[in-house]
Amino acid sequence: MENKEHTLVTRLVGSLVSYMRRFLFRVLSVGPVPNHLAFILDGNRRYAKKWNLGEGMGHRAGFLALMTLMKYCYELGVKYVTIYAFSIDNFRRRPDEVQYVMDLMLEKIEGLLKEESIVNQYGVKVLFIGNLKLLHEPVRIAAEKAMKATSNNNQSILLICVAYTSTDEIVHSAQECCDEIRSSMKVNEEKDVKSDLIKLGDIERHMYMGVAPDVDILIRTSGETRLSNFLLWQTTDCLLYSPKALWPEIGLRHIVWGVLNFQRIYPYLEKRRKKQL
Amino acid sequence: MPSAFKSNNTVLGSSWHALAILGLNRITLSGDLGLRLLWHIMHLVVSIWYFVLGLTNTLESFFISSGLFKRYRCLDISKVQYLAVVIDSEEARETLKVLELLRWLAAIGLKKVCLYDEEGVLKKSKEALTLWLKSERMSKETTSDQLFEQKYMSLEVISFSDSKHAVAKAANFLFKKHYLSANTEKPKLTEPDMADALEALGYGALEPDLMLIYGPARCHLGFPAWRIRYTEMVHMGPLKFMKFGAIIKAIHRFTTVHQNYGT
Repeated sequence: MENKEHTLVTRLVGSLVSYMRRFLFRVLSVGPVPNHLAFILDGNRRYAKKWNLGEGMGHRAGFLALMTLMKYCYELGVKYVTIYAFSIDNFRRRPDEVQYVMDLMLEKIEGLLKEESIVNQYGVKVLFIGNLKLLHEPVRIAAEKAMKATSNNNQSILLICVAYTSTDEIVHSAQECCDEIRSSMKVNEEKDVKSDLIKLGDIERHMYMGVAPDVDILIRTSGETRLSNFLLWQTTDCLLYSPKALWPEIGLRHIVWGVLNFQRIYPYLEKRRKKQL
Repeated sequence: MPSAFKSNNTVLGSSWHALAILGLNRITLSGDLGLRLLWHIMHLVVSIWYFVLGLTNTLESFFISSGLFKRYRCLDISKVQYLAVVIDSEEARETLKVLELLRWLAAIGLKKVCLYDEEGVLKKSKEALTLWLKSERMSKETTSDQLFEQKYMSLEVISFSDSKHAVAKAANFLFKKHYLSANTEKPKLTEPDMADALEALGYGALEPDLMLIYGPARCHLGFPAWRIRYTEMVHMGPLKFMKFGAIIKAIHRFTTVHQNYGT
């Protein structure tokens, strides 16, 4: 009996909190809402150390925080969410840690495809961005399966950057441009090339992140003020926000603060974008 | 009679319907107004917060400049090998302010500085800025000692044309170098290839350790992506309100940062 009452109270409180959050988002939506948010998930290992958890538990806590944050973003009406899940630099970590993260990614990718997951709840299309050939084979296969399974979703998009760095992305784009030009050229044309055939638009088109518009707000947790080779190309007019909280500690207040700051500088960003057109 | 009654009913029904819609619209309007009011209140609170923060920072900068805080007195400037300063193009037109900033940076002991603004306003002022640096050097120089000369700042000034457009030019360079040959095998381009191409075309290669951003927002405004992989980025506020103490604080914070570089 007591358990039933406790569950009822918990559900009522949960509903009230959810209602208040939605109301807060309605108020925020009076102003411009960012179209594309990006996150650097920094601080999982420090979180595990802080709370004396096993090292891998920090990453698991980080995943829970990610699910909550995605829910907030999609409720607010953010269409694109990009996360820096695994950098090419991260492959230089201890092999057992890399293996743990790969196993965790595999587990969570498979979890995303379940019916009750947030992906299906919010109609999210999942895209894996990066040099996927560098991933462990089972993870790569699972990632491709997830992209195929969610390809018809169109309400919002989740871009998961794995085996990614901006500098690798730029080189890949240059390579794609060169391959495209060469395959369209006839043999006797090659010797006559004098002008620059590759334009800036071609580079932009071949970027891994060419599937999404430029980022509006990039949030890196743990108070670090660098981008660590993440979306360096796509953050020209992007507000960079570095809350001190570790990634598993990120919450609603950080999203709200980020959006409020975005709304404050929105006229400046719009003026810059119009100048560029 | 029945048709008149029906007609009256229809008119009455339509009137009630119109009133209901009007009522709903009024509720919606006042609801919208209520939301709008709450939104403005939220932003008012944020503005008050930033006003108070601004006052605190001004006071702190004053105390730092006065040497009151012990920890800021001994600054390990050698950790900042290369400093980038990003300035919003509108604010960069204040050449005297930029000159004052450079004088401060030189006084702190910074040897290599890169100035960036998107539209190339600073490139137009580059000659004036370089002349100033030279005249400062000449007025302090008493001998032609090479070591004495090296104490003074080297200045690089770049704009958006050195950023994304440079990468497109580098891609063309790589195409001509690696693809236009009798060899039919598909070349595999690497990051060192791109770095070499940018350098061959005359674009700067040094990666700043620290970036100070002067403008309305913490945005790097298109600084060459290739060069800011691990650069710490600090927002300093508008150029017209720049403070010496804030620069000292930013550099001091940088000297305490530890980077794992992904490992």
